[in-house]
Amino acid sequence: MSGKPPVQAGPTVAAVDAITQGLAKYNFFRRVSWGRLAVIAVPMLWLAVFFFVPFLVVFKISLAETAIAIPPYTALLEWVGDMEEAYVTLKLNLGNYLYLLDDVFYLDAYLSSIKIAGISTFCTLLVAFPIAYLMARSNGSTRALLLALVILPFWTSFLLRVYAWMGILKKNGLVNDILMGLGIVDEPLTMLQTDFAVYLGIVYTYLPFMVLPLYSALEKLDMTLLEAAEDLGSRPVTSFFLITLPLSLPGIVAGCLLVFIPAVGEFVIPALLGSPDTLMIGRVLWDEFFLNRDWPMASAVAIMMLIILVLPIMLIRNSQGKEESA
Amino acid sequence: MQKKTLGIAAAVALSLSASAMAEQKVVNFYNWSDYMDPALIPQFEKETGIKVNLDYYDSNEVLEAKLMTGGSGYDVVVPTGSFLERQAQAGVYMEIDRGKLSNLGNIDQVLATKISGHDPDNRHNVPYAWGTIGLGYNEAMIKERLGDMPVDSLDLIFKPEVAAKLADCGIALLDSPAEMMAIALNYLGLDPNSEKKSDLKKATALMSAARPSYRYFNSSKYISDLANGEVCLAVGYNGDVLQAASRAEEAGQGISVKYAIPTEGTVAWFDLLAIPADAPHPEEAHQLIDFLLRAESGAGIANYVFYAVANSAAEPLLLDEVKNDPGIYPTEKVKANLFTQNAHTSKYDRILTRAWTNIKTGR
Repeated sequence: MSGKPPVQAGPTVAAVDAITQGLAKYNFFRRVSWGRLAVIAVPMLWLAVFFFVPFLVVFKISLAETAIAIPPYTALLEWVGDMEEAYVTLKLNLGNYLYLLDDVFYLDAYLSSIKIAGISTFCTLLVAFPIAYLMARSNGSTRALLLALVILPFWTSFLLRVYAWMGILKKNGLVNDILMGLGIVDEPLTMLQTDFAVYLGIVYTYLPFMVLPLYSALEKLDMTLLEAAEDLGSRPVTSFFLITLPLSLPGIVAGCLLVFIPAVGEFVIPALLGSPDTLMIGRVLWDEFFLNRDWPMASAVAIMMLIILVLPIMLIRNSQGKEESA
Repeated sequence: MQKKTLGIAAAVALSLSASAMAEQKVVNFYNWSDYMDPALIPQFEKETGIKVNLDYYDSNEVLEAKLMTGGSGYDVVVPTGSFLERQAQAGVYMEIDRGKLSNLGNIDQVLATKISGHDPDNRHNVPYAWGTIGLGYNEAMIKERLGDMPVDSLDLIFKPEVAAKLADCGIALLDSPAEMMAIALNYLGLDPNSEKKSDLKKATALMSAARPSYRYFNSSKYISDLANGEVCLAVGYNGDVLQAASRAEEAGQGISVKYAIPTEGTVAWFDLLAIPADAPHPEEAHQLIDFLLRAESGAGIANYVFYAVANSAAEPLLLDEVKNDPGIYPTEKVKANLFTQNAHTSKYDRILTRAWTNIKTGR
């Protein structure tokens, strides 16, 4: 592109925004319109093939009925008739959605997932903010090192890292050994199969997704604003809440969304670390699919989750956009 | 760029036709992980010239999802009885051509009769291995808490006052509603395959009462947890518990894991060889199945994986430690109390899953 420094944050919303803005500024592709088209077409095609088409397939299945057949659900369209007269019948089964709304169990599962994801997201924010702040304030080489340390865990499989936590938290694991050795507790604590372990697992796993957008927001912060505030007699705490926090808000929103959305549908962490009474929608979906063998119902649960998640997020993005243009 | 793509396409086409010309016979075998004597497959390949492509799964659900989507490409699969029962109804499997199997006579007829409860006349299956669901326990930890109380009883799981004594060292149950509920129903003296709502209610009440003493519900985690003392009692599959026992022995930390079949009776499960209806190589599939039915093959499998095979001819070739282990080959008296868990209607599955979720989450 140009001599501008490359965008440092990972695949975050902020980074994507920055790239689009950069492209708009340099009008690199304006002269060759087909080139521009090709550049837009690639991500669009990607979205269409890997998001929109699967979404439509899932939506289609959610409107079918279960059947003892291959595949285990009915077809929506059916040909009836012969050479002279032919009908196509379309049969849509809304029963799955009605059942979802009717049975409080699913509502409980959605709410409990949202609660767990919400608490974990908040904890992640509390942990990530000081890290991002430190990164943004440190000089070149330290910053690169800190950034590498945040990204480094991604080099190991997510599943292995969750398993490692099982080893750390178990009864004769690392934490209990240290606590017992120091004489802080007499008996090993039960930490595995608790909600605490789930929160810990989510905070640990998703931390980089929060740190990176926060860092990219804090890094852009104009230090002269803080100096001016200090000159005018504002105390550091006041300056933080009046200047730093509001200006890093886009990073906070982006980070929270990146943690919250996958955390709601999380299956592996509660399955491995959580207690059996941790009710999450990922588990309910698994049960519908594998235990009840009800693919249409499982699809309806998935579509519902998407609607519950996507609508509020679109509203947030919308109001943000308005604020920025105002 | 375009030229390069064409080049690749041509290369792929060439290699495809080349392999077709050579006519390398293959068979795609989809089996459970760690469920085969590793010496057998090379022997089969050497004898027949058929190349075996092995692929592994670790749960019936994964296998079912692949089969129900259709076009899995597998020639031989190993579902458990109750799963095969429902899958056969959906038309997933082809009928086994018995004329092509020369070693059919090796099959244990008593067990074959039991299996026909899943598959009338055993039209779609040939038995592979079988076992029980029972109690895996840490000898020292249980003794410390229960004294001399007999361990081969489901009282340990279902009597709240007994289970409570073991809560601190950890009880794990299988996360398998159909099998666990069948065991609970049988414990209550009811038909283990009952689909009556009133029966389900009684079984749910039984498990809910002891629920506070259960650490977790999982169908594989207990193997390592029993071995390292994280849990002291688990309802599990016999082969998995024996695996935990040998792991504990290897670790050498003085943990001794044992397996007991409850005297109240329990589920006997059967893993069956079957051929998907759309298998690309049915001929080779029959050849592989016939090979696995040989007495030597059956004994090789049992001696290696520590599960019993439904192969009478293999019995003289078994190692003593396998043949004489009542956890692998139960005594006749214990055998009489074993029952199969049959597939449920989808309507009942839904009620059962909900009851199970309620037990687990303590609702």
